[in-house]
Amino acid sequence: MTDPITNEIVVHGMDWTVKSLFVYPNEFIYWSIQIVMYPYMTGLVAGAFVLSSLYHVFGQKDLKDMARFSLVFSLALLPVAMMPLMMHLQQPFRGINVMFTPHFTSAIAAFGIVFSTYAVIVMSEIWFMYRTYFVDQTIALQGKTGIGNSMKRTLYIILTLGAFETDEQAVAKDKKAVKLLAAIGIPVAGFLHGYAGFIFGSVKANALWMSPLMPVIFIMSAVVSGIALCMLTYIIIMEWKKFQAVLAKGRGDKSVEVIRGAEIDVMNKTSKYLMMFLVAAITLETLDLIFRGYTAMKSWDILRSVMFHEDFTKIFILQYGLGNAVPFALLLMPRMTIKRLVVALILVLFGVFMMRWNVVIGGQAFSLSFEGFMHYHLPIIPHNLETYREGLMGALTVAATPFILFWILNKFIPSLNHSK
Amino acid sequence: MKNHVWRPLLVALAGVALLLTARAIIVPDDFGVNGESFTYNFYRAGSVDDWKGFKVKYRGKEYCRECHEEKVEENLASPHSVIQCENCHGPAVDHPENPELLPTESTRLLCLRCHATLPYPQSNRAEMPSVSPEEHNPDENCVECHNPHNPDLEAM
Amino acid sequence: MSCTRRDLIKNACKGAAVASLPLSALKMLSPAEVKASVGDDKTRWVFLVDIQKCVGCGFCVKACKNENEIPLNAPVTRTWVERYVVTKDGKSHIDTPKGGRDGYTDGKIHGEEINPDEITKAFFVPKLCNQCEKPACVQVCPVGATYQTRDGVVLVDQSWCIGCGYCIMACPYGVRFFHPEHHVADKCTFCYHRITKGMKTACVDACPFGARQVGNLKDHDDPVTQTIMNQRVGILKDEYGTKPQVYYIGLDERVR
Repeated sequence: MTDPITNEIVVHGMDWTVKSLFVYPNEFIYWSIQIVMYPYMTGLVAGAFVLSSLYHVFGQKDLKDMARFSLVFSLALLPVAMMPLMMHLQQPFRGINVMFTPHFTSAIAAFGIVFSTYAVIVMSEIWFMYRTYFVDQTIALQGKTGIGNSMKRTLYIILTLGAFETDEQAVAKDKKAVKLLAAIGIPVAGFLHGYAGFIFGSVKANALWMSPLMPVIFIMSAVVSGIALCMLTYIIIMEWKKFQAVLAKGRGDKSVEVIRGAEIDVMNKTSKYLMMFLVAAITLETLDLIFRGYTAMKSWDILRSVMFHEDFTKIFILQYGLGNAVPFALLLMPRMTIKRLVVALILVLFGVFMMRWNVVIGGQAFSLSFEGFMHYHLPIIPHNLETYREGLMGALTVAATPFILFWILNKFIPSLNHSK
Repeated sequence: MKNHVWRPLLVALAGVALLLTARAIIVPDDFGVNGESFTYNFYRAGSVDDWKGFKVKYRGKEYCRECHEEKVEENLASPHSVIQCENCHGPAVDHPENPELLPTESTRLLCLRCHATLPYPQSNRAEMPSVSPEEHNPDENCVECHNPHNPDLEAM
Repeated sequence: MSCTRRDLIKNACKGAAVASLPLSALKMLSPAEVKASVGDDKTRWVFLVDIQKCVGCGFCVKACKNENEIPLNAPVTRTWVERYVVTKDGKSHIDTPKGGRDGYTDGKIHGEEINPDEITKAFFVPKLCNQCEKPACVQVCPVGATYQTRDGVVLVDQSWCIGCGYCIMACPYGVRFFHPEHHVADKCTFCYHRITKGMKTACVDACPFGARQVGNLKDHDDPVTQTIMNQRVGILKDEYGTKPQVYYIGLDERVR
């Protein structure tokens, strides 16, 4: 493929990189929007799981409904965590090689093992949680006619994995297993995202990424984003259901007795955890910045130029300002309302996304020569497969998929009921 | 199975078994630690032979001499003896079978690579016999006057 | 230990067969080829660049692209030449138009004309893969697609690379890129297909001024090795601990 103006053969990264001053010939922004999406999506997975475990492990009874929902949502997010990688790889069909010949000195090779382990834990925990429900459904669908019902029944039979016992002992075993898996899952979720931070933090060639703090910063902000997304999705769904209940009652539907939206007490409690992790994330990032400025290593001149000039708005106004400081203030203010909470949550999610952007893209904004810059222009309207995959449209595809998957999953493992 | 608690683990183990079976089929047998270190020597051994077998394109002046002895002798008697024939004529590959004719570059841009004046004292560029591209016959190709094999005007 | 007549005859035949093989092989190969092909444990490839000798003609870049099938008009290259012009105000003017593929015929750097009277020092710096002793790029490959051979060259298995780009991000020298046609990671191989046959790399052959040389660090009679061992030489970015094996004569502190 040739560029029509310069007559150059198009190489990967050329479409969205503009170089200025002295940049080595082979340097382009190779890790673009999908590599921003990847830690973002895995962070949501980890955070959703941790939120769920807060109920199961630490017995936070008020979080029961939240816990069920966030676990299923965590499952919906799981395959989506792989999507950005498949979109990014120059040889996506060879992606499976990382499972066949993992080179364990590479942080990315850890992906195969950690991700699979995490997937097994999430799926197992959901199985234990919903096993009796599956059994009940196989009984409830027994007499029913129709191809849809018999297919559904077959699916539920398979999902029970042949364990049909619903006596007290069996249920107790289920509950114990859930608690155990939730507990094991927390460090694994931490590992899943810690290693994502290690992928960047261990690259000694990149002056911005190289830092032992990177894995910890990534974990903290991952949990923040996961909690925020679960809270936000939960609020939206509960408020929608409340709206539907109001309409139904208005039409004279007698079966509607309870009209409940999102419970403010539950939200208050969850947001306290959110704030704790937010404080941790901000503290570490500020520490990193101060340290760099104080020690002023060889790379400091170009890093300072990138952070305080080229990327000033993105870092200080968008990420730290709108994404951290403003939601923090909103959460601290007394007499919380659902509306104010929603604004704060959206800003938090935006802030975590900007953090990923500023790390991934920011790290490639300067040349290895420390004497030049690269400017990233996100492809908006794709004109070929590459500008779709590594452009705005590809990112939106990734962002939309968990919601679609959740909608499908929810038909078989319903997670939005109020517990009795 | 008395205790249903182990069912998910069995499913997971079945998955692992499937993966290992696929691995045995797909991954080549010579893939492994082919050397002292897992860090630096973990690869498919056959890849080294793949690279060794890569086609050689540039054959060198002695290969050209086999048929073009006169031209080579002319060149060797001049300051341009340091330049490979293929620098200007392009890689021989399997010439004269393929390609029959070489893609020779004879525009002034090629000569200016060395002979455009650049005032760079810490490199041999400053020692090169050179001209200003804008002043020295800007519309002509150098080969109109200079024989590239022996560019000395007096020798012509 | 007793040895039967049968064993003796068997072993003698085996021994003769083994002994005759290398002799017959030697008859068909040149000394340089033999040295190159058996050299795995006796060879450690190394490169020497003389910055004083480089005039910035760029024939090395053109030859490398042709030899190694990197499209001429793709903006990526396995080797390149940088120009450094330092002026009296202390500024470095650095450029590498198309990696030096077409040489340097113009005094303008980034569109700016530089007054020759203002120049304090100016020179050209050829760069290529350093074939590091401790290559960071190999360490980070998730699938074992890139590796170090026993004679020190770092190669990419084009049939196994998944194109994640981690190796490209990990290289402190910027020598790696995605091949525009194969869509896998690519980089300078020290023309492994040539040096293992006793030839020189394409860039070494193409250089009219001897600014580039390739040698064997384990051969103490090799003039390249002798220069590295006995003269003052420099390497690029040693702070990363990669132990690069491209040595520079006349390396300046301004070189990035």
